Amino acid sequence: MALALGSLQLGIIYGLLAIGIYITFRILNVPDLTCEGTFTLGLAVSAVSSKLGHPYLSIIIALIFGMAAGSVTGILQTKCRIHPILAGILVMSGLYPVNLAILGGSPNLSLMNSNTVFRDCIAKTGNIGIGPETAKIIVSLIVTGFAVFVLSKFFKTHTGLAIRATGDNEDMVRASSIDADRMKILALSIGNGVIAVCGAMITQYQNYADINSGNGTLVLGLASVIIGEVIFFKRNVTLGLLAAVTGSVVYRYIIAFAMRLPFFDASYLKLVSAVIVGVALSIPAIKSGISLMNTKKGGRADA
Amino acid sequence: MLDIKGITKIFAKGTPNEHTALNDLTLHLDKGEFVTIVGSNGAGKSTLFNAICGTFFVDGGSISLDNTDITYQKEHKRSKVIGRVFQDPMRGTAPNLTIEENIALAYARVNHGALGKALNKQDVALFREKLEAFDMGLEDRMKTKVGLLSGGQRQVVTLLMCTIVPPKLLLLDEHTAALDPATSDKIMKITNSMISENGLTTLMITHNINSALKTGTRTVMMDEGGIILDISGAERANMKLNDLLTMYSQRSNKVLDNDRMLLGND
Repeated sequence: MALALGSLQLGIIYGLLAIGIYITFRILNVPDLTCEGTFTLGLAVSAVSSKLGHPYLSIIIALIFGMAAGSVTGILQTKCRIHPILAGILVMSGLYPVNLAILGGSPNLSLMNSNTVFRDCIAKTGNIGIGPETAKIIVSLIVTGFAVFVLSKFFKTHTGLAIRATGDNEDMVRASSIDADRMKILALSIGNGVIAVCGAMITQYQNYADINSGNGTLVLGLASVIIGEVIFFKRNVTLGLLAAVTGSVVYRYIIAFAMRLPFFDASYLKLVSAVIVGVALSIPAIKSGISLMNTKKGGRADA
Repeated sequence: MLDIKGITKIFAKGTPNEHTALNDLTLHLDKGEFVTIVGSNGAGKSTLFNAICGTFFVDGGSISLDNTDITYQKEHKRSKVIGRVFQDPMRGTAPNLTIEENIALAYARVNHGALGKALNKQDVALFREKLEAFDMGLEDRMKTKVGLLSGGQRQVVTLLMCTIVPPKLLLLDEHTAALDPATSDKIMKITNSMISENGLTTLMITHNINSALKTGTRTVMMDEGGIILDISGAERANMKLNDLLTMYSQRSNKVLDNDRMLLGND
């Protein structure tokens, strides 16, 4: 039961990461590796702010830092015309020493003696008879739900529509008097902002920050987005965002289940995620290969 | 209105592949003029459009539109007042957005407010009314993704997007060439009515010499990055296909090599 609740809580929090990846990968159509750095950035910023006694404020600060890092990637991609993937890698690896410095030079920081968002909420809701596990779920749901709500509204505004069109047909966006460069920078900034918030929430949840937490976040987020799409299909942005969060929860349960298998080692997790993403992204190619094979067979049968 | 003075564009300058795509080209359009452009492959027709739109900056000369110098203005700024329809129906619309979202994007040129709702009831009613006028059933499919439409339907949506806020200059780059003859005729009719309704200043590239002479008010022929023929009025009205071909051979010292231009018959 504890495992089931834990997976749900983590799934909802990691839903923020999936949302960020959804924005950059699905809406903007760029696999953005910056997330591996911004996730840890959010984590580190949040840990230090909480240590200084501002757990709630730390979420906002993480958002701002994440957005700043994302816009650096955006500027490298657009104004400096660096290949999108390389731009992401540059910012990601540039962020490593920054994150280390934020953590005060040590690779991890424990919040054992500090107040965190979750501890504070558990203490407050305890008085009105809500258990700690339920409280954690409610807190996660509020933050992730708020992000889904705001973003789904945002992507229906003029600016949001322009961002979606930029990922779809850039020529057309420029011809419609929209600055495509600015839209890309904005989208990368928002995506990475949400991912940094995810990092911050994880710090609050697990009470410590680790410099290597960001490793593999891109693949993890992609796996969540893809699992979500299998469940919800690709319809509109609101459903896409909800699908990403749902995919993240389902992904957590898959992992929790896999971990119970006797031969499964925790270190296999990344391999499993990579396989899920690899297979899911090659489905269109496999499908067309199969239909070509059938066509050839049909031809032979006719002949 | 549109004033192009001596523009030059050289690609791959200083390399063995150097190619002068526009050679000291000068062209003036009055307000409301509808000019058709013909020319062989590689004459510089699309390059001229790219220069006007700001896809690249020219290497020399100046371009001004409505008394504003736009020679070094960025592409997305110019597109506020310049509408362009490409030959490829895929280029003018975003396939994963719905019809109404695509049109809303174009309509945002006037309807500002970055964080305003992109689709409000009033706008959608306006889009529906405009689409109804084309009589293609698109008004009932406004929530359909544009990627699911046929080439002709996509070109209609693109045309509407270019004209829903009447531009100062409309550029049509063989916008019916990728369509079947019947659809092509229909799109041409829609285009003509849109242009005359709004009194749009228009440049249209076409491969069909006959339609070039019949459509619009003036015809320009391009060759090797320059204009070799510019006819309007009575001279144009009396011009026949063969006269034009003869004139082309005389002025450019070669035979027209654009099969599509010669084979186009209607």
